[in-house]
Amino acid sequence: MLFYIARRLLFAAFTIWFIATATFFAMHAVPGDPLTQEKAMSPAVRAQLEARYGLDKPLDEQYLLFLGNMLRGDFGISFTQENRRVNDIIREHFPISATLGLAAILIALVGGVAAGSVAAHFRNRWPDRAVIFAVIAAISLPGFVIAAMAQLLIVRLNSAVDSTWLPVAGWGGVEHVWIPALVLGLGTMAYLSRLMRASMLEVLSSDYVLAARSRGIGPWRLFWGHQLRNAILPVVTELGPSIAAITTGGFVVELIFAIPGLGRYFVQAVQQLDYTVIMGTTVFYGAFLVIVVMLVDISYGIIDPRIRLTSGRRR
Amino acid sequence: MTIPVFRFAPWQPAEQQLDHIAPAPLPSPFTPSVVLASVAVLLLLCFVSVGPLLWPQSHSTQWLSQVSLGPTTARAAKVVRDEGLWRPHGDVRSLRVADANTERVRLHWPALPEVKRYQLYRGSGLDAGLGLPLAISSTPYYEDRLQLRRALYRYSIADADTGLLLFSVEVRPQQAISEFEARLQGLIVGHKTTLPSTIMLPAHPLGTDALGRDILARLMAGGATSLFVGVVAPLLFISLGCILGAIAGYAGGVVDQAIMRLADFVVALPFLLFMILFRVAFGIGPGENGIAPLILAMLVLSWPSSARLVRGQVLALKGQPYVESALLSGLSTAAILARHILPNVLPIILVAFSFAIPQAIFTEAFLSFIGMGVSPPSTSWGAMCNDGIKTLLSHPRHMLLPALFISISVLAFNILGDALRDISDRRSGGVGR
Repeated sequence: MLFYIARRLLFAAFTIWFIATATFFAMHAVPGDPLTQEKAMSPAVRAQLEARYGLDKPLDEQYLLFLGNMLRGDFGISFTQENRRVNDIIREHFPISATLGLAAILIALVGGVAAGSVAAHFRNRWPDRAVIFAVIAAISLPGFVIAAMAQLLIVRLNSAVDSTWLPVAGWGGVEHVWIPALVLGLGTMAYLSRLMRASMLEVLSSDYVLAARSRGIGPWRLFWGHQLRNAILPVVTELGPSIAAITTGGFVVELIFAIPGLGRYFVQAVQQLDYTVIMGTTVFYGAFLVIVVMLVDISYGIIDPRIRLTSGRRR
Repeated sequence: MTIPVFRFAPWQPAEQQLDHIAPAPLPSPFTPSVVLASVAVLLLLCFVSVGPLLWPQSHSTQWLSQVSLGPTTARAAKVVRDEGLWRPHGDVRSLRVADANTERVRLHWPALPEVKRYQLYRGSGLDAGLGLPLAISSTPYYEDRLQLRRALYRYSIADADTGLLLFSVEVRPQQAISEFEARLQGLIVGHKTTLPSTIMLPAHPLGTDALGRDILARLMAGGATSLFVGVVAPLLFISLGCILGAIAGYAGGVVDQAIMRLADFVVALPFLLFMILFRVAFGIGPGENGIAPLILAMLVLSWPSSARLVRGQVLALKGQPYVESALLSGLSTAAILARHILPNVLPIILVAFSFAIPQAIFTEAFLSFIGMGVSPPSTSWGAMCNDGIKTLLSHPRHMLLPALFISISVLAFNILGDALRDISDRRSGGVGR
């Protein structure tokens, strides 16, 4: 087990290094640099700025410098946001993205499990058909369309009751969280409910459920005690990749609902070619994902020893 | 010693008999939904390929006078010259509508000595109420040029100081086009002194968008981009994945390790983040549409899944007796791969391909939506959604139409992928999956 964890840790470290390197060189391949602006800059000013940000050094030296700083956990100062440290940007805006993502995953998990169970129990009857239809709709609609339509719906709802029931956009209280989280989690919810339905159908036709039922156990105890616990396993295994999908898919929702999360800063930074912010956010997101997936994998390794034998293979 | 075996038909070998009896008749894979999905895909392909021939309007031409129109048919438009500031001569006895078209509505009313300033309102002729306060005029005439449409308007003129309503008139402006725009669109050529009095304007069956561009033409042009990226990108990255996977599986050893570790790393990259980064990194020159870097970015990021698939298959097939016998009979590696391995891997690749198409359509739509996909004047369904979200409140159609097309195509390709997977599972009997 220790060997397995050590291997995973080593792999995670290498992956983060790979992400950092790929980001660094992809970014420097973009024509222009963050100092290129519409307004012409005098050579003296430019030289000063280049010296400040270390852009005057050769690329390999910049790379080593960046790696060194990264190891110390320092991503430098933003180019476009005056004197703002990238670490501060991450510290201030990641919790917002994380809150949104966490809420989305919770909604997706609860909703998916509930919908899948209902569909399986009412197989081929109208609740089942309704769930299947909703799943298909959620899978074939792009996230940004769902987000925009949700917003339109909120506006219509607010104007119908002639008050601001639900905020259309922005960030602040609890009321700002749940609609974007629902929109963000919808795709994952659809996927999980499909998975849950399939595994619940399998459980429902299993012998131990039949045995439990023949012993006279009531439907609710049967559901909580026997069916749910067995059927939920494949859903839980899919949670790792789902977290990845939700945290990186968050920025459309952040853009549309005007939520000051980290994803928005990433898109903005790429547009402005803000080297330090791009590096910081990408490496941070990448490391976050790698570590989450690693933790999930290790915990499966503890739960199910068979997984350890086929280690290093994800999905 | 021979054991007597009862045969249904002794003239046929027993194995064939069993083959004939054993498999239960499987339900046809051509369920109604699959047929419907195939029809939808065919229609979509026709729509983007044949459509522009039947509907030769440009997707990027802007009609300044026809912004955010609803569905319209072809209609005549009066050509209106720009005459500068309107200043009518003389007096009128009663309120007179001097001109009423979508370029301008001219009102002229009798001057009342006791009124110093006139307040003008414009409202819909179908509603009660004064509507929009247009202007305060100190002269007894007014020219309205504010976003006129072919609808019933009611103009009300009141005393601005006392609020007393003086005149009211209902006006239905007739379709017009300014000389400037007619020349811009090439409807009037040359410097003729005599202008045609009317010009036929093209129909817009689905209306125009917020910049006055024909939505039907844009859906066709955008669909061509979306489907092109959706099909070509998976074609390329699955091919690359196949080649790398086959090499890894067949060569084994260090090569296998190197390719598969690289695949592990690439899979660990946050996909959308790196799509954006690579899309920008591969850059576009001036005048390019940005499709090439988009496909290139997908190629770099998406090959590992099919490489893993093919590698696993190749590893499973390498040990098969027929491959070994081919090897013993001296066939070259390339020939074995092409003749014995590829045909067996093909169904699985096909399934992966059909599932990759909707994914690629989604990715393209997403990138275009955040403005990092195709660049104008080229368009795609995702880019149309990006334009449309700006007018979501007033004209939801601008976003919902392209979104509908994205959904239909994604749904259709998903259904086809499911059907293909079922067929492939049946044929292979689950081997290697």
